Amino acid sequence: MSLQNPFNPDSRLGCSCGQHASETEHDAAVADEAAFQRRLLESTVMRALFPHDATRRKFLSAVGAGTALAAVSSLFPFEALAAMAQEKGPLEKKDLKVGFLPITCATPIIFAGAADFYAKEGLNVSLQKTAGWAIVRDKVLAREFDASHMLSPMPLAISMGVGSSAEPMVMPVMENTNGNAITLAMKHKDNRDPKNWNGMKFAIPFDYSMHNFLLRYYLAANGIDPDKDVQLRVMAPPDMVANLRSGNIDGFIVAEPFNQRAVFEKVGFIHTLTSEIWDNHPCCAFAASESFVKENPNTFAALVRSIMRATVFADKPENRKGVAEMISPANYLNQPPIVVEQVLTGRFADGLGKVRNVPDRIGFDPFPWHSMAVWMLTQMKRWGYIKGDVNYSDIAERVFLATDAQKRMAELGVEAPKSTYAKHVILGKPFDHSQPDAYLNSFAIRRA
Amino acid sequence: MNRMNLRAGVLSLMLLGLFLAVWYLATVPSVTDQTMSAADAEYAALMGQGSDKHEGFPPPATVAATFVHYLSDPFYDNGPNDQGIGIQLAYSLVRVGIGFLLATLVALPLGFVIGMSPLMTRALNPFIQILKPISPLAWMPLALYTLKDSDVSGVFVIFICSIWPMLINTSFGVASVRRDWINVARTLEVGPLRKAFQVILPAAAPTILTGMRISMGIAWIVIVAAEMLVGGTGIGYFVWNEWNNLALPNVIFAITMIGLVGMLLDLAFGALQKSVTYQD
Repeated sequence: MSLQNPFNPDSRLGCSCGQHASETEHDAAVADEAAFQRRLLESTVMRALFPHDATRRKFLSAVGAGTALAAVSSLFPFEALAAMAQEKGPLEKKDLKVGFLPITCATPIIFAGAADFYAKEGLNVSLQKTAGWAIVRDKVLAREFDASHMLSPMPLAISMGVGSSAEPMVMPVMENTNGNAITLAMKHKDNRDPKNWNGMKFAIPFDYSMHNFLLRYYLAANGIDPDKDVQLRVMAPPDMVANLRSGNIDGFIVAEPFNQRAVFEKVGFIHTLTSEIWDNHPCCAFAASESFVKENPNTFAALVRSIMRATVFADKPENRKGVAEMISPANYLNQPPIVVEQVLTGRFADGLGKVRNVPDRIGFDPFPWHSMAVWMLTQMKRWGYIKGDVNYSDIAERVFLATDAQKRMAELGVEAPKSTYAKHVILGKPFDHSQPDAYLNSFAIRRA
Repeated sequence: MNRMNLRAGVLSLMLLGLFLAVWYLATVPSVTDQTMSAADAEYAALMGQGSDKHEGFPPPATVAATFVHYLSDPFYDNGPNDQGIGIQLAYSLVRVGIGFLLATLVALPLGFVIGMSPLMTRALNPFIQILKPISPLAWMPLALYTLKDSDVSGVFVIFICSIWPMLINTSFGVASVRRDWINVARTLEVGPLRKAFQVILPAAAPTILTGMRISMGIAWIVIVAAEMLVGGTGIGYFVWNEWNNLALPNVIFAITMIGLVGMLLDLAFGALQKSVTYQD
């Protein structure tokens, strides 16, 4: 996330919450808000004490307003109540089921549970390990999960009814950036040029995944048509490692720790980290159905706050080792800690005898850029997952709650980007979110 | 007969010993050169050398240690995603039990009706023949979509796979009760309910229980696959979770437990079958 340079004479720092132009304006707004909350509270208490207005007026005229306030205040802790009312509303639902897949992308969701961040918000979250992305989709649609870890293109696809029945979804926070790799079988250690990959077989975890889009993008940029020249197969991550061992596939693109696990099992090597295709590309997300958010706004806010807190914590390099240790056990990732640690710290064995040092191998930046959603939509259209005219920014803004994220990041004292759109560069090619169709048409290999 | 049992037992043990010996010999680790530079040492550490990591198929001793580890505390509960093998088996058994019971409640009366009426046999036969060969797991996506609950879907899949052997065997058993017995009942002017419960049911009971035994066998096979697909709880989930961890010793342990429980279920139905069979 971009931090404004406070020493730049041209930069405006704004207020501490990010919603106002200056600190003075912020204070005024906060004071107004506080006064309003206080009045609301006082009226409620007085109404409860004196159900009949006539009695209240008689009481006030008899003892005087000042004495009345003192008397009532001694019974009701107005100050404490006012502070609570301002901070957060009552939780509509406390017992929640949140789904996740045991991969490092789920780090914020898992860590928020392991570090009791949910409990601090008064939530009782049960984290449900789930067997696959299709099951995640079905359990969210069936309302078995209140919210869930998802691949970031999934809420877009589900909202549009692509690959499932249509259900409006919202995505308040991105879970991770980067954190994936293309792994090849050992027999290809001298076959590193993708231009020669004609006829190879690759595994992907799900159709509506950044993995699928990034691999397709990477192949197509090297002149390989992902639908005609190679075979892409949807597979569960452990099956990928086993199939790579048996020589059934030549490589795969998947979330960690399975690339590192393939190295650990000596069946493959890391050909390229996906950060080398698109640095800080989005990967997984935390999403819920719009109806859940409408019915439980305060619960949802509390949930997002806890995850955002975990995301910010997990992003700090000094915390990475501890986080890896916390999420490795059977209850969560169920992986050898050494494997998870290599992913999170970025100091890892590449499978070819070298130790590499890439501190941003995985990042945890919660901001759900609208421009990233637009990019995903261009790729969904590019490969024929969606057809016809697409109102890119409309869908992006309805599903990716970037404006909301700005507010919540400010609450946690994290500088949020001022804009919700940014320019991205993928494999050296700039992406302009305002010209999605022109971008789409600039590709030689495409279905649309 | 006793001598035979003894000899069979000895032979079984010898086969087991042979199997373990072959397994052990096939998985003896090869000795590798341990001299290396500091950079190599870091690489080796990242590759998991020096820890208790095993490469390739696990040797018998590792698997034995896994057995001891899980069986020493079968009912621990570390939250929703890490529970003891006893709890996981209980989840699976409950799902199988409910689905199987529901299937029994439908299949036995329906089987009776079909078996007693040649017309119904012919009318329902095409449906049964088409529905019977459908793999129970093929129902899973449909069940998840319509029932909107993974637990209920699991039970439904057990129900739908258990029903056919019971239905077919019940109707067959009922239809092939000896005509003499039915005729005797008719001569004695026995009422239809009494005829069903005191003549047909005892005569068809061994066949009905054979159907139930087959159903239970299928149900136990299916629940593991269903839980692997849906995840969450149960012995199938346990296998999936350990496969996700690529932990073969744990997978082997789970497979053995599935086999043992399946055998116990089969033995129970075998005993039940024996108790209703009589020699005439």
